[in-house]
Amino acid sequence: MTSTTIDDAPFIEPSATAKRNYLNDEYGVLSWLLTRDHKRIAILYAISVTIFFFVGGIFAFLMRLELLTPEGDLFTSDTYNKLFTLHGIVMIFFFLIPAIPAVIGNFILPIMLGAKDLAFPKINLLSWYIYIIGGTFGVIVIITGGVDTGWTFYTPFSTQYSNTHVFLTTLGAFITGFSSILTGLNFLVTIHRMRAPGLTWFRLPLFVWSIYATSVVIMLATPVLAITLVLLMVERVLHVGIFDPALGGDPVLYQHMFWFYSHPAVYIMILPGMAVISECVAAFTRKKIFGYKFVAFSSLAIAFLGFLVWAHHLFIAGISIYSAMIFSFLTMLVAVPSAIKVFNWTATLYKASVSWQTPMLYVLGFIGLFTIGGVTGLFLGALGIDVHVHDSYFVVAHFHYIMVGGTIMAYLAGIHYWWPKITGRMYPEWWARLSALLVFVGFNLTFFPQFLVGYVGMPRRYHAYAPEFQVLNVLSTAGATILAAGYILPMIYLGWSLKFGRKAGPNPWGAVGLEWATSSPPPKENFHETPTVTWEAYDYPAFLKAMRETQDA
Amino acid sequence: MRNPTLHELQHPGTSDDAHAHHHPFLQHHFEDLGQQHEASTLGMWFFVAQEILFFGGIFMAYSVYRHMYPEAWSAGAHHQNWKIGLFNTIVLIGSSLTMALAVWGAQGAKRKLTTVMLVLTLLLGMTFVGVKGFEYREHIHEGLFPGSHFTYVDHAHPELTRGVELFMVFYFTMTGLHALHMIIGAGLLIWFIKRAWRGDFGPEYYSPVEIMGLYWHFVDIVWIFLFPLLYLIH
Repeated sequence: MTSTTIDDAPFIEPSATAKRNYLNDEYGVLSWLLTRDHKRIAILYAISVTIFFFVGGIFAFLMRLELLTPEGDLFTSDTYNKLFTLHGIVMIFFFLIPAIPAVIGNFILPIMLGAKDLAFPKINLLSWYIYIIGGTFGVIVIITGGVDTGWTFYTPFSTQYSNTHVFLTTLGAFITGFSSILTGLNFLVTIHRMRAPGLTWFRLPLFVWSIYATSVVIMLATPVLAITLVLLMVERVLHVGIFDPALGGDPVLYQHMFWFYSHPAVYIMILPGMAVISECVAAFTRKKIFGYKFVAFSSLAIAFLGFLVWAHHLFIAGISIYSAMIFSFLTMLVAVPSAIKVFNWTATLYKASVSWQTPMLYVLGFIGLFTIGGVTGLFLGALGIDVHVHDSYFVVAHFHYIMVGGTIMAYLAGIHYWWPKITGRMYPEWWARLSALLVFVGFNLTFFPQFLVGYVGMPRRYHAYAPEFQVLNVLSTAGATILAAGYILPMIYLGWSLKFGRKAGPNPWGAVGLEWATSSPPPKENFHETPTVTWEAYDYPAFLKAMRETQDA
Repeated sequence: MRNPTLHELQHPGTSDDAHAHHHPFLQHHFEDLGQQHEASTLGMWFFVAQEILFFGGIFMAYSVYRHMYPEAWSAGAHHQNWKIGLFNTIVLIGSSLTMALAVWGAQGAKRKLTTVMLVLTLLLGMTFVGVKGFEYREHIHEGLFPGSHFTYVDHAHPELTRGVELFMVFYFTMTGLHALHMIIGAGLLIWFIKRAWRGDFGPEYYSPVEIMGLYWHFVDIVWIFLFPLLYLIH
């Protein structure tokens, strides 16, 4: 890509060169802690989820250290149970679920819509505080001895037998759930009611469609987790038998209710990733996304089908073979809209002049790794194979290909792609490419061996294992080291770029979208005048023409 | 020159009126009061949608155990006083009426009527919660509170005791969550009574009262399902 022509791309924000923006509009700690500006709230979220990401990462690293040798020599099995539980809880509830929606979505979505803010700015700030309160419970649990139930809190172990902080942890997860419900609700209302004139549904960037689908899932699934955790807390406190078979309860009902949320939660985590990928593919191929409507509706289809597949987590929990067959079939169906997205991104790449900026490297990583994660998901959705590999490292590898290879890759793609918009500075390209490479290599070295070791029978959630699995586990731990370097590096060079990075123009990538029509960083109200949208999504010539005309006028 | 918003294109004329007054309750990020009203109403509908899923989860669990322990469920329902339940149902439906009248009053800038109706809604709501508390006291006296305080034994059918305890778990959790929603609603009502008395609401701006009404009616409807499920079906 020739960046000189891109820097000259026209933009409509007349004050693009002006000094005032959302970052220097006000100063002081309170101007951040009491802000109602969606962009500042996004920054608050970015800092908090990054902290939780590294906390969760430390737990993962300690696990990988333990698994370097077959003997359980570094930690006791009890400590190991706490490590994988805390890793899962921190990463899922406090990083993956809020990461893309609450950081990138919060910042970019209102600007993409040409709105001044989200529909409910105070509720947006409240969401962050609720998240922090929930997170505080998580931190208290970590400091005071942890929790050992696994992130799924399966009953009756969690309610009757575990002597760790189950109540505090579930309370933290319960509270954090309301944070994401309010964020999802805010996004939905904003998308419905705050679009700029001319911005019809089919002119929306695909990011918005995918975030819309995510928000629907957040809003309809999270309350079911909330009530499930209420029942769990009631059972633990009163010692009654809601889910404990010894007291007349049904533990499988707990699993149904838990996964009614937690399977859709997988789509809460991956759909925003897909949102970022669509934007980056369009920007770095300089093309319209192939089959726009298919990609848009596939997000809704994933959201809908995602509600109908939860019991594939229960194939060996004692559900009837008939319902298992139905859920197996429905699970296969989710592959259709997911594949539509992958094929359409690939078709967009076909014969495009692709520029290999860092976000695009992450995008290619995402497409490949998500495909592997998705296809192995089909293996697990097939009844016979699931019985064989259930609770093995095959499952661990599968969902890490989706969550880490998919969502975290997309998050990093998005952070790099919108970095110039958020901070007004370019990140250093060479270092960023190096870290993208480290992440890709480290990721595959960490998790591909886990497919193999799981397939030959290594069970998950044990601190010791049979000696014949050691070679693959050593590879996995080595990969985790490289992956860690790949994650720490961006902290350094992105931090460096805040002060020393090259100043970014309003549209450093020459991309299409309202966020590239305002200055970098944007002014507090995003646009001084509400923009009017006259172009179709990703229509480069029409967008540039509209920008020129507005600039001339 | 300001560009017309989508809302203005669809509803010509609405924004000029609003902007002419610069209504004090128009938030800066909305174009006009119409857009603000639509956003807040839609927001409350979405909130109600998530509430339905929240209560839906526990209704589902209730149904599973009702199916599993029909006799115990019937025995449990016999410990409920349907007359008190009916009284509370009437109180709650009455509060829905006064709430609807408050919305009507706010739309018509009837300051006193709105305030009085909101106060009545609050009183009826608190009556409901008070009666509920009285019922709870009775149950606890009978030893029906689940857990270590559960001393009740069904002498005719001792094998049903565990099931009755489970019924009471659902009884207390469901009515407790419902009462919590009532108390939150009461807190909001106190705030809106103050605002209504101050004269904040009128034909241009009544969204807070209207979405309060949506919430209140929703909480009432939950009770309309709870009453037969916990008191009437044997």
